[in-house]
Amino acid sequence: MPFHIPQEEEYKDYAVVMKGIVKQFPKVLANDNVDLYIKRGEIHAIVGENGAGKSTLMNQLYGLYNADAGKILINGKEIAIDNPKDAIAVGIGMVHQHFMLVGPLSVAENIVLGDEPTKKFNLFDLKRARREVKKISEEYGLKVDVDAKIEDISVGTQQRVEILKTLFRGADILILDEPTAVLTPQETEELFVVLRNLQNDGKTIIFITHKLNEVIAVSNNVTVMRGGKVTGQIPTKETSTRELANMMVGREVLLRVEKEKKEAGEKVLEVQDLKVNDNRDLPAVKGVSFDIRKGEILGIAGVAGNGQSELEDALTGLRKKIAGTVTFNGVDISTATPRDIREAGMSHIAADRYKYAMVKEFTVAYNIALGRHYKQPFADGGFLNHRKINAISKELVKKFDVRPPEIQLSAENLSGGNQQKMVVAREFDYNPLCMVVSQPTRGLDIGAIEFIHSTILDLRQEDVAILLISMELEEILSLSDRILVMYEGQIMGEVTPDEVTMEELGLMMAGSTLEEARSEADE
Amino acid sequence: MNILKAILDAFANPIFYSLTLSAATPLLFASLGGLFSEKTGVTNIALEGIMLLGAFSGILGTALFGSPWIGIILAMISGAAAAALHAWASINFQANQIVSATAIILLAQGLTGFLLEPVFGKPGSTEIYDKIPKIELKFLGKGSFLYNMIGSLSPFVYLALILVVVSWFIIYKTKLGLRIIAVGENPEAADTLGVSVYGIRWFGVLMSGLLASLGGAYLSVGELGQFTENMTNGKGFIALAAMILGNWTPKGALFACLLFGAADAMNEQLQSNPSLAIPSSAKPLFNLIPFVITLIVVAGFVGKTRSPAADGVPYEKKG
Ligand SMILES: Nc1ncnc2c1ncn2[C@@H]1O[C@H](COP(=O)(O)OP(=O)(O)O)[C@@H](O)[C@H]1O
Ligand SMILES: [Mg+2]
Repeated sequence: MPFHIPQEEEYKDYAVVMKGIVKQFPKVLANDNVDLYIKRGEIHAIVGENGAGKSTLMNQLYGLYNADAGKILINGKEIAIDNPKDAIAVGIGMVHQHFMLVGPLSVAENIVLGDEPTKKFNLFDLKRARREVKKISEEYGLKVDVDAKIEDISVGTQQRVEILKTLFRGADILILDEPTAVLTPQETEELFVVLRNLQNDGKTIIFITHKLNEVIAVSNNVTVMRGGKVTGQIPTKETSTRELANMMVGREVLLRVEKEKKEAGEKVLEVQDLKVNDNRDLPAVKGVSFDIRKGEILGIAGVAGNGQSELEDALTGLRKKIAGTVTFNGVDISTATPRDIREAGMSHIAADRYKYAMVKEFTVAYNIALGRHYKQPFADGGFLNHRKINAISKELVKKFDVRPPEIQLSAENLSGGNQQKMVVAREFDYNPLCMVVSQPTRGLDIGAIEFIHSTILDLRQEDVAILLISMELEEILSLSDRILVMYEGQIMGEVTPDEVTMEELGLMMAGSTLEEARSEADE
Repeated sequence: MNILKAILDAFANPIFYSLTLSAATPLLFASLGGLFSEKTGVTNIALEGIMLLGAFSGILGTALFGSPWIGIILAMISGAAAAALHAWASINFQANQIVSATAIILLAQGLTGFLLEPVFGKPGSTEIYDKIPKIELKFLGKGSFLYNMIGSLSPFVYLALILVVVSWFIIYKTKLGLRIIAVGENPEAADTLGVSVYGIRWFGVLMSGLLASLGGAYLSVGELGQFTENMTNGKGFIALAAMILGNWTPKGALFACLLFGAADAMNEQLQSNPSLAIPSSAKPLFNLIPFVITLIVVAGFVGKTRSPAADGVPYEKKG
């Protein structure tokens, strides 16, 4: 049975109907005549690449943006939603892509904010707030410590707080905007359990993602968006990740890149008993050792905050090493500066693109020159050589398909995927011996991920030694030759991609050894 | 060691404590004002200018209506007006908050300096008018140590201390306070829950105007009974430093203001101590003491304090 487009008399069975929604931003038409039909009580997935207009559409349903055209019907009744208050009043709750939480306030305070219980003289009644939050948290099985401060709890718990926020306001229609982007596989599983429970309670759920296996796992129907338009509506049972991917991107895509067999060469990078502290000066990397060979990809898997970013910074010279040695191409670089390390042949795709990898106010051309701006061919005796900078940038932008191919555009005007391509282009152009690649596809969509993955494999083919740090297990499993799992600053073990499952890897990331993970996964 | 002895003398002198309290009072008003503004996410370095306006309007009201109490009301009106200007520019128009506040300081200095002569008939300072009478605690026994310490203080001193408690209560015990913190930390989050970001920020900035102008009015109608040109003399900035040092809490601001007040009082005691015989040419150097202490303390503590996360960041409502 194909997707059923309801007639007007059927709208009363639909929690949400959005018809002919148009939203024009100064430079982009973010929603171009979008229709959305969400049946009451279903889990409805909306998928689409970054920039497809999913968040914009949902922000209009939640009253954060006002549509230029179109109408919204809730349970068959047309209503105007001008601000979040209106949305809350008709039972809509939204968990935003970027969490909307107040760090120094407690869980209970965050949940009741804007709808606070009061006592005499209109004073805030914290006791009642705690009690009420506890009650709904137990009712829906969403465990939280009501007194913990938001800034002290994990991302997974923060998400539970966000969901509780909507339930506290009596939401019947829940919008979750890319809720799994920040979760570990286990946390994602837990979220799915919660979503199914909510569905059993009669709630309607709109679930946005660009991870297609999640769509298949949890939804009843799917709406696909591309370039501001709806390009597909289909019951989940009747589709596949492949078909959804094609609808999303508009062409055939490889969901998993093909990796050729290859013998690793000689050792390039050797790390011995490395110790690194974090920003608060507490131990973050607690004595790790490994090496990487030419033409080999060593993956580092782990949940965020287990020392990977400190490891990344230490290897590239951005952070002081407390103890241990790092030998690169036969030279001790334990105390070398970032520039020395680059000169020695290591390049770096940083996890935090805006902090380290690019200057967003600079043009694409300057970003490509960055880091080599002081030497030939980018500079001539202390002066920038703009002719060369532009020529090299033009060539790289073309080769790496940075869109739009305008080298004089500020980098901030590129989408995330294209910014990342620009960074990859520059780092590739260093002709490195070794590359430290951290979270290279975070937040990117299928098309861009495919491109970055094949570029990393090209580097491997060219005998570059690659350290790949990633929280995406799929990425680690499909690219790496060997995998180290990091947990609380230590390495839990080394595995190869063909001897381990995603589930086992997930358990190791939560602190199990391979043997423990195996026996637990069997149960 | 004359100087050491002079310092010990000061500590033993009850007057030192009453001076500390009265020097801390204007700072405390302005500090609490700055606190309200910054807690909602709007920096307000215009405290200095608002205090000056308050001091001027206080005397103006006294001169026009013959009562320093009406002077206080006029001071609060002018403080609120100046703050409204800052709020309007920096909240509704997302102007640069430092620029907007600097403009208000310059405006206040220019306006009070310019109006002084045409309104009061002479340059530099006004006549001496009625002041707000002090609260005499006669039961302490005139001349006793305790009386000299706290027996004869301006009602402003008590008001400032009460306002510390009131501010703490508003910020940490009321609905409004929860929203103030939320808006100052993450305005978007507050907005998505239907809390009016602009409304809360307006409240914070207006409070800073009301409180800072009270601090200024204390200088003129509370203490001296006259207005002299630029009489705030940097106190608005010291109040700002006290707010930071106090880690954006009312209690912290109280301790920081007392510290700066004590520095001021010590300076006065040392200068008037005959055994030190400070030549009048060296006095300006001693007057730097409070500023030097501010610098040292703030430099030492500032890394350990944490400002509201969205402090100084304009919030733009979405399309
Ligand atoms: N506030 C805004 N102002 C201008 N352009 C915007 C704004 N929000 C989103 N856009 C643009 O609208 C398009 C759709 O964005 P969005 O809805 O966030 O996509 P998605 O959630 O599907 O990744 C993008 O091109 C984005 O750059
Ligand atoms: Mg989005």
